[in-house]
Amino acid sequence: MQRCDRMIDAGRRKFLSGAGLAAAGAVAAAVAPTQAKAAPPSARVDYPSNRLGNVHDLKVDEPLQVSYPDGDAPGVLLKLGKRVPTGAGPDGDIVGFSTVCPHKGFPLAYDKSDRTMNCPGHYSRFDCEAGGQQVWGQATQNLPQYVLRVDDKGDVFAEGVDELLYGRLSNVL
Amino acid sequence: MAYKRQIDRLPIVPKDAKEFNVTCHYCIVGCGYKAYTWPTNKQGGTAPDQNKFGVDLGKQQGTETAAWYAPSMYNIVKQNGEDVHIVIKPDKDCVVNSGLGSVRGARMAEMSYSRARNTELQRLTDPMVWRYGQMQPTSWDDALDLVARVTVGVINDQGEDGLFVSAFDHGGAGGGYENTWGTGKLYFGAMKVKNIRIHNRPAYNSEVHATRDMGVGELNNCYEDAELADTIVAVGTNALETQTNYFLNHWIPNLRGLSDAKKKAEFGSEPVEPSRIVIVDPRRTVTVNACEVEAGKDRVMHLAINSGTDLALFNAWLTYIAEKGWVDKGFIAASTKDLDKAVAANKTSLEDAAKITGLTVDQIRKSAEWIAQPKQGGARRRTMFAYEKGLIWGNDNYRTNGALVNVALATGNIGRPGGGCVRMGGHQEGYSRPDYPGPRPAFYVDKLLIENKGGVHHIWACDHYKTTLNALKFKQAYKKRTDLVKDAMSAVPYGDRDGMVNAILTAIKRGGLFAVDVDIVPTKIGQAAHVWLPAATAGEMSLTSMNGERRMRLTERYMDPPGQAMPDCLIAARLANHMERVLREQGKTKYADQFEGFDWKTEEDAFMDGYHGHEKGGQLVTYERLRAMGTNGFQEPAVDFKDGKLVGTKRLFADGKFGGKDGKATFMETKWRGLQAPGKEAESKKWPYLINNGRTNIVWQNAYLDQDNEFVMDRFPYPFIQINPQDMADLKVKAGDLVEVYNDNGSTQAMVYPTPTARRKQTFMMFANPNGVQGNVVSPGVNELVIPNYKQTWAGIRKIADAPGGVRHLTFKSQDYTAG
Repeated sequence: MQRCDRMIDAGRRKFLSGAGLAAAGAVAAAVAPTQAKAAPPSARVDYPSNRLGNVHDLKVDEPLQVSYPDGDAPGVLLKLGKRVPTGAGPDGDIVGFSTVCPHKGFPLAYDKSDRTMNCPGHYSRFDCEAGGQQVWGQATQNLPQYVLRVDDKGDVFAEGVDELLYGRLSNVL
Repeated sequence: MAYKRQIDRLPIVPKDAKEFNVTCHYCIVGCGYKAYTWPTNKQGGTAPDQNKFGVDLGKQQGTETAAWYAPSMYNIVKQNGEDVHIVIKPDKDCVVNSGLGSVRGARMAEMSYSRARNTELQRLTDPMVWRYGQMQPTSWDDALDLVARVTVGVINDQGEDGLFVSAFDHGGAGGGYENTWGTGKLYFGAMKVKNIRIHNRPAYNSEVHATRDMGVGELNNCYEDAELADTIVAVGTNALETQTNYFLNHWIPNLRGLSDAKKKAEFGSEPVEPSRIVIVDPRRTVTVNACEVEAGKDRVMHLAINSGTDLALFNAWLTYIAEKGWVDKGFIAASTKDLDKAVAANKTSLEDAAKITGLTVDQIRKSAEWIAQPKQGGARRRTMFAYEKGLIWGNDNYRTNGALVNVALATGNIGRPGGGCVRMGGHQEGYSRPDYPGPRPAFYVDKLLIENKGGVHHIWACDHYKTTLNALKFKQAYKKRTDLVKDAMSAVPYGDRDGMVNAILTAIKRGGLFAVDVDIVPTKIGQAAHVWLPAATAGEMSLTSMNGERRMRLTERYMDPPGQAMPDCLIAARLANHMERVLREQGKTKYADQFEGFDWKTEEDAFMDGYHGHEKGGQLVTYERLRAMGTNGFQEPAVDFKDGKLVGTKRLFADGKFGGKDGKATFMETKWRGLQAPGKEAESKKWPYLINNGRTNIVWQNAYLDQDNEFVMDRFPYPFIQINPQDMADLKVKAGDLVEVYNDNGSTQAMVYPTPTARRKQTFMMFANPNGVQGNVVSPGVNELVIPNYKQTWAGIRKIADAPGGVRHLTFKSQDYTAG
């Protein structure tokens, strides 16, 4: 009985979502002349795949200044010299972060003595070895981290960000 | 992997979004926010004429922009029955925070009840009663009828002393003028309830009796005074974490020297320089670190005293300052009395104080100089004294509080720009009630409950299970008593009201206790309760409170309460209505008449009856006028309404007239007497580790909302205990390990956080955490006015287990900012 109910429920949901799509289609048809070429918007923003550097450019604890997804969004590539859960590259130790504090937008500074990003504005600090977790601070989110891909030549590409960047209501403007 | 929301864009606030005044409902500071709401099927655009901010949102916004909000500031909530988008963001135009949001307040939107986005679904939506062996929903009328019948039944048997009450006395969420009045009028007006306690202590008393007895109200300055002071003295207050934006927006500018121009404008030719700061705290906090970063080590004096010895330090300061002749003779003659008596009685040499506090003679002398040595040219030094839980929940509260006020009075620093002797505060304030009808000292309510006293317990936004002392023994006794009633209730069909009430009253006669819990979420003490009544919080109701500089604001109702939840003041009113009805049924007409006057329909009705009708200056204050004053409000008390604006009071006692009968402030005799609370001295000798305790930045109060927030629970799934790494080696524990903290009072658990700056054998544990209650190991010892002593607690520590799964991804690095 229970299983049957669930199937009915699932069916109803499917029906409702189908109806929603149909309605949207109807509207689109009505204004077809102006909207025919417009692609439906995606649920998430489309991130560019940008080359930020090469693994050979990276030395342990020497941050490489980068920007992503565009020139107005400063960030950093770091080789930690230690494999971390989100690390890229042959040694699993390359990570990339925004360097704009998600609290009030002050520029973060890297402290290599304990591999943290530190904010001179209000003293927040984020752990580069723990996915940008805020060690202590005022931000209501952990530090936005890049999704990285390293190709056969060792080029490091950023292809996404996992939190909203400070100062923009869409990560890709 | 750290918790990430995977949100990469947010709906834009449209130009025509509705706008509401909001004061953060968490801590005392009361930062100004704005709430914006708009229909779910609409959104603003990036063009300046398409959004609320009037700027091009297609571009990166700069540092400290007002045109950005974090995902935590966004949600979808119900407003008048419809889903709406909501953004609650800090208000740049509020003088309290100037656009700053704390890690707590900036999550207000995310911490709202949203069925659309699954946030805070723990919120209570319906009255619930114990039925068929578990809590089950019912109607307001049914729940209140049961509560009224049992309460009246207990009063019939035992008198009003059989009714025990635990109730908030503060402002902000779970409080405010409307709600303190609603509950106060019920328990102190209609009834004369004496067995009542406050949310964080076991009796109906003041945390700062001494300063009040001296005629010096405790919130006597304004936040600007922290920008004007030559020296700030911070006692037992970790302001960066617990009054965050007061510290960041008003202390730091002074430490950085950014308020020198303001000082010159105010003080003319008097020499000015960036502030110095004296911090009295056994622990090196993030506040100490931030002060050193900004002002340099030579302008910051951290006095890491032996825990609980503040009183000896303050007496030595008074003695030395009096000997040096640095007292403010004119002020003392005009506005105070009994200085000589206090100086004689409290006489403490620098050497004696050094011995007791563990400080050096030089440290004590130098700190006294920073406080009182006249400036170049002979101008008086402007010193602001600020204290909070390190003093309030510390050894010998009454005398220690008095001893600090002595120093502030002696140096003429109350009622003057750059001065003040103030508590920093926990919650906001919002107290409006008839007088407490009980004695002083007030009854030790928790103790009486443990001793089987009382028959019915009404609980308003309190959770003793997390926030009391001697918590383990309290819970054991409380569970036993409430279980008696639960078992009796389970034996009767719920629909048989007479049979049910009889069964409950019979169980009460056998030592049982009937518990009614009014709250916004299911609490720990609620596990023992028989009735839950769902309350609304700030923003779901209009709410007024004042902050630590007496700044009163109205938070406008911007969303619906969950389900059938109601403001506390209206719950109190409806309970009064039901009690009146039941009493009339029983022919007790005269007593029933006392429950008249509760015909409020809205929280504004309660406000007009209470604050407007009873408080000093209240006759000038209405919702309409407060709304017009926006997020800046005015500073209480109101003294005038002019040109469409409420006129307030920047500082208390500016005219040199104090609260004593003769208009004078009275110095207090405050002799040092060691660890005052019974049993503490022996405990300190028996157990190896000091279990200092308090709040941490990311969690508000006892985590009642944070416990359902992914961002917070990802960071601290268990309360941390900061331990020196060498002590960790002795204990054979690693970062993240779960340890048991135990002594003769009880036991609890915490997660090890290695802390090289912690002194050996001195730990610090997050307090009031749902997953490890520090109060379990706090002894029942209190002071002469039944103020608890949470801070001076000693215990053993032993390993329970390696770091559990939810802990292994956490960072355990130093919480101190480094310049890199």
